Amino acid sequence: MSRLDVRKTYKLYIGGKFPRSESGRSYEVVSATGEFLANAAMGSRKDVRDAVVAARGALAGWSGTTAYNRGQVLYRVAEVLEGRRAQFALEVASSEGLSARAANAVVDAAIDRVVWYAGWTDKIAQVLGNLNPVAGPFFNVSAPEPTGVVGILAPQSSSLLGLVSVIAPVIASGNTAVVVTSASRPLPAVTLSEVLATSDVPGGVVNIITAQTAEVATWLAAHRDVNAIDLTGVAGADGVDWAALEAEAAGNLKRVHRPTLLDGVPVEPDWTADPGLTRIRAFVETKTVWHPKGL
Amino acid sequence: MPKFEYAPAPESRAIVTIEKSYGLFIDGAFTRPKATFPTINPADETVLAEVSQAGPKDVDKAVAAARRAYEGVWGRMSGAERGKYLFRIARILQERAREFAVLETLDNGKPIKETRDVDVPVAAAHFFYHAGWADKLEYAGLSASGADVPRPHGVVGQVIPWNFPLLMLAWKIAPALATGNTVVLKPAETTPLSALLFAEVCQQADLPAGVVNIITGDGRTGQALVEHPDVDKIAFTGSTDVGKAIARSIAGTAKKATLELGGKAANIVFDDAPIDQAVEGIISGIFFNQGQVCCAGSRLLVQENVHDQVVAKLKRRLETLRVGDPMDKNSDLGAINSKAQLDRITALVEAGVAEGAERWSPECTLPAKGYWFPPTVLTGVSQTHRVATEEIFGPVLSVLTFRTPQEAVAKANNTAYGLSAGVWTEKGSRILWMADQLRAGVVWANTFNRFDPTSPFGGYKESGYGREGGRHGLEAYVTTAPSTLTGTAR
Repeated sequence: MSRLDVRKTYKLYIGGKFPRSESGRSYEVVSATGEFLANAAMGSRKDVRDAVVAARGALAGWSGTTAYNRGQVLYRVAEVLEGRRAQFALEVASSEGLSARAANAVVDAAIDRVVWYAGWTDKIAQVLGNLNPVAGPFFNVSAPEPTGVVGILAPQSSSLLGLVSVIAPVIASGNTAVVVTSASRPLPAVTLSEVLATSDVPGGVVNIITAQTAEVATWLAAHRDVNAIDLTGVAGADGVDWAALEAEAAGNLKRVHRPTLLDGVPVEPDWTADPGLTRIRAFVETKTVWHPKGL
Repeated sequence: MPKFEYAPAPESRAIVTIEKSYGLFIDGAFTRPKATFPTINPADETVLAEVSQAGPKDVDKAVAAARRAYEGVWGRMSGAERGKYLFRIARILQERAREFAVLETLDNGKPIKETRDVDVPVAAAHFFYHAGWADKLEYAGLSASGADVPRPHGVVGQVIPWNFPLLMLAWKIAPALATGNTVVLKPAETTPLSALLFAEVCQQADLPAGVVNIITGDGRTGQALVEHPDVDKIAFTGSTDVGKAIARSIAGTAKKATLELGGKAANIVFDDAPIDQAVEGIISGIFFNQGQVCCAGSRLLVQENVHDQVVAKLKRRLETLRVGDPMDKNSDLGAINSKAQLDRITALVEAGVAEGAERWSPECTLPAKGYWFPPTVLTGVSQTHRVATEEIFGPVLSVLTFRTPQEAVAKANNTAYGLSAGVWTEKGSRILWMADQLRAGVVWANTFNRFDPTSPFGGYKESGYGREGGRHGLEAYVTTAPSTLTGTAR
């Protein structure tokens, strides 16, 4: 008799722990070909609010680490991802309906994307900051700082490469994140949370909620303790009105990273393209400090 | 301490010619005045001129003119040529500096000393600085990746406040034009005159018609401009409430916005600070421009053990300030810009007293006519008082205390705003630590209220988003996304 495998319970990732949804709800996740894969936790408003509390709590510590340290932690994430390539390849293949070969290429690209951002952490201030030659006897310098707690609607389609491509630039500069995963392809995100939990990323820095995007996005966009929101995941999300989310975000003047628009309609970006600095720039604030010079 | 007697030293207003009435400046020419309303001198309540209320059709015309100029001339012009126009404008502002200073003081009520030494020269400096960027944008490090060259958005709608009318115009127009955008600008309802004189500067500079359009009016005009479907980008300086309304109104569109909004800056004085210098900084921080400054140091956080000493020195220094005729070259404080603003200041100060703050002002005789408020210090203020949380936008300083640097940071950051902050201490490591901890876009250490075209200005949190000035300020006026795709709204 063949051995019966031990299945994983897919749960949320909040504050470094793996709770079920406080709502007790779950939903069926199926593969690209419609086969049952798992019951994922269906995150609720309360889960989102708990995640924001965790992200806020982790912000001082994470933004206070040195850029060098954040780079090493991100690199560690890539290392642990690499060690679990096979598992991710299987999940990506079943979620996205890819061949094994194509899924492997996606996992490779995702690992390399994390490495790319790991190398950015201690260059961001140099590239986005500078001295300002003011007309007077003053030392004057402008440098980027993390915006704070960032809400991320992760892409609906690209369940791993797209996911790391929206998380890594946010945490590279020292922000903390509350991520709402792809609604229909959430499993690689849950597995990524296990990677994060074992990569020296402090609990609360990244919080991952599997949920129906349309249900929880509004709570995230309206939350007064969230400083910025990435609306990438509205593209292809059922029943999501991104204009309404942006309008909610205006309540506390969140920085809004709009979805990519093609003829006015949100589309998922090409995740294989050079990411550039756009996503890093979107979630930093420029601080300018003046001090007199003199004897 | 005896107050020095000064003979009146009024600046002559003969240098400036104010028309009886003004039309709108659209497509390089002034329209006939219509639906006019008066703009008054807040120092004596006399009517200076009548200006036109631009309606939706006028906004349409101005935006259409800007669109034509963008597509026909300005968007195609080489950066070097655009830059030369900006250099011309800078020079004309310098040549006509006194005229602008006098006009600004008459229309705004701020002392001639300030318009002459700050508003007008810094406005000219902004045009000079941005002129040089026009043909160097690919060096600004703004591209999303290596290959893209920054491109303008197109037509920019700009709405500016009444506290620094010409300077805010320069902050808005100079970077917009340098990057190849065209502009429709609405000056504040109560201070339209320097913008209308600036229209004349554009004519003298032979700036192509439609590149800059100036439309006057109240909030309805501003709203029509912001909501106009053919405006690609909004730049707004003003209240946080209006800023939020703008952010809502552009939600779900391709329009971009930068918002420079309110503030409630903490000016933090440690016990080892050079107290005399700090007192000067506290005063310039809150009484410059009658405190009608978004980045004003309106909350003084003073270390408890030097509180009495600092407050005593502050009061002694305030006794020597001269409040009066803004056209007098000796005046340190002028008039409040409008009756509405004066009423707001008065109401908030009364609320502060009702909540338990102790109110003090130096002895000063305020003119009988016009809108005046004496420099005011409120002591015994606590964190929850309205005067500690709401932007007063007037010559009113709220004094709070702290014991440790951590407490100072916690109190300073305990606000929805995050525009500016000040730190006074002789300890270098503490300055740098404080500068790291303060959630504000501009931190002045052992100085306050310094501005420069090369230095980015703008807020954290509900003080808005985007930066103005410096390399960072260019970012708001360009895009590097492929022309079919648009991404970030910042």
